[in-house]
Amino acid sequence: MDAFLASPAGQVAITFAHALAILVPLLIAVAYVTWAERKVLAAMQLRKGPNVVGPFGLLQPFADALKAIFKETIIPAGANRVLFLIAPMITVTLALIAWAVIPVADGWAAADINVGILYLFAISSLGVYGIIIAGWASNSKYAFLGALRSAAQMVSYEVSIGFVLVTVLLWAGSLNLNEIVRAQERVWFFIPLFPMFVVFFISALAETNRAPFDLPEGESELVAGFFVEYSTIGFTLFFLGEYANIVLMSAMTTILFMGGWQPPVHVEPFTWIPGVVWFILKTLFFVFLFIWVRATFPRYRYDQLMRLGWKVFLPLSLFWLIVTAALLKLTGWLPA
Amino acid sequence: MLAAIAFYVFAAVLVASAAMVVTARNPVHSVLFLILAFFNAAGLFLIAGAEFLAMILVIVYVGAVAVLFLFVVMMLDVDFARLREGFQRYAPIGFAVGLVLFLELAFVLWAWTPAPEAGGLRMHPQPGAEAGLSNTEALARVLYTDNVLLFQAAGVILLIAMIGAIVLTLRERPGTRRQVIAAQLARVPGETVVLRQVPTGAGLKDLGILRPPLPPAEEPEALPEPEHHGHGGGHH
Repeated sequence: MDAFLASPAGQVAITFAHALAILVPLLIAVAYVTWAERKVLAAMQLRKGPNVVGPFGLLQPFADALKAIFKETIIPAGANRVLFLIAPMITVTLALIAWAVIPVADGWAAADINVGILYLFAISSLGVYGIIIAGWASNSKYAFLGALRSAAQMVSYEVSIGFVLVTVLLWAGSLNLNEIVRAQERVWFFIPLFPMFVVFFISALAETNRAPFDLPEGESELVAGFFVEYSTIGFTLFFLGEYANIVLMSAMTTILFMGGWQPPVHVEPFTWIPGVVWFILKTLFFVFLFIWVRATFPRYRYDQLMRLGWKVFLPLSLFWLIVTAALLKLTGWLPA
Repeated sequence: MLAAIAFYVFAAVLVASAAMVVTARNPVHSVLFLILAFFNAAGLFLIAGAEFLAMILVIVYVGAVAVLFLFVVMMLDVDFARLREGFQRYAPIGFAVGLVLFLELAFVLWAWTPAPEAGGLRMHPQPGAEAGLSNTEALARVLYTDNVLLFQAAGVILLIAMIGAIVLTLRERPGTRRQVIAAQLARVPGETVVLRQVPTGAGLKDLGILRPPLPPAEEPEALPEPEHHGHGGGHH
């Protein structure tokens, strides 16, 4: 057995096992995030939400998925067929492969790579391709306008996310996500970096095209934005990708600012709970925040969105980066 | 073995997609093949153990530069027939220029002898590897410690280029009304809202607000004349 695991075929088998161990729980979680969003929004609007399929409507996501899959696939006559079909695949693939480096507990990552945080940043900056390719390949003006908005929006907010990441790296002294979580053993980074934490969370809303920054799909002016021409499985994949991205961004916020798998304090009753439970609880808290924001805030106007990204977040994060670097250098807290 | 297979896959796809960049008829397809080429180059960096460079390549080129390329190219309406019009006429000149460049490169390569110590260095492309540094730390040491002045100079040059671009494109458009968020937030009810006791049926004559509105035939002279810009079917 050991000899098999050491062989190339064994390595491939281990990698597949790792991937399955992450993807299966993740996809179930994504299905239930869609359910949770409908339930939470309903509760906030004094409605009941899905409550017919299964107890408390728990089987609703599966009913929806089956319905969407078995409908007729429609490809518009003027569409670029290949790109039209590739776009939703890109979206969902990018949302899933980012999970390869997420440490859900101490050392529990499929790939514990040295530059984990750069990998996450790279993958999240690629998410825009699914959207712009979908918008262009649909050959429809609403889809195209949605795609253009999305490209501008995601490129803008990436800049401040980059500066936030650099600030976190200064405190952690490593690009490895495990090391970043370990560096938060004494104090979670959202305490010394509170403004950056807020900037990161708001930019995460913009990166995932969520309310109040859901201009790419602004249904009041663009029908449904970039995926207006998609039906059945293509639509399902975009939907899946959006929610997987929400969970991913929540996990990133947890790792960067909320101490990842670490318990709040390292004393007895808290340390009995395994790290993966803490990680899931914190991630779910941010998923809830995403939904709460959607229920609370109206959509931004496009110029205000750009102003917030370039004229507020960028100077603020740049300023805080310099302050952090100076503070760490002067106090000698700079990690070795 | 896996690394060798991965290398040949990445290299083959890289060369093929680079060829497709220049031969694809649709410019959007060209940009997409360019992105594929970037990806495979990043894969080659990964195999060479330069994971930092691989990630930076993806973040900077694929995540930002190519998005802007795609952004521009998608909005262009390229007329392919017109693009190919001059091809026959300019082809000989193009081939001549290409031939000269190729010959120059060939001469350089032919006359080039590697330095004697280069062979040894080639086996240690990563400075500081023997000190147990990861290649991110080794790169940082070269950039930010050993050559910090050159690095800063490069930054200043980029900053100048950026300011130049802004100066060239910035223009004052008279007559545009801009939103001043600070002014909006600084407004207080005391400056903007006046509460008045209005007698029933009298209106506010000093503000020109009459209530109930008089029939249009006997519109009073006191009302300030609203400006009409040609639309609307008024009685004027």
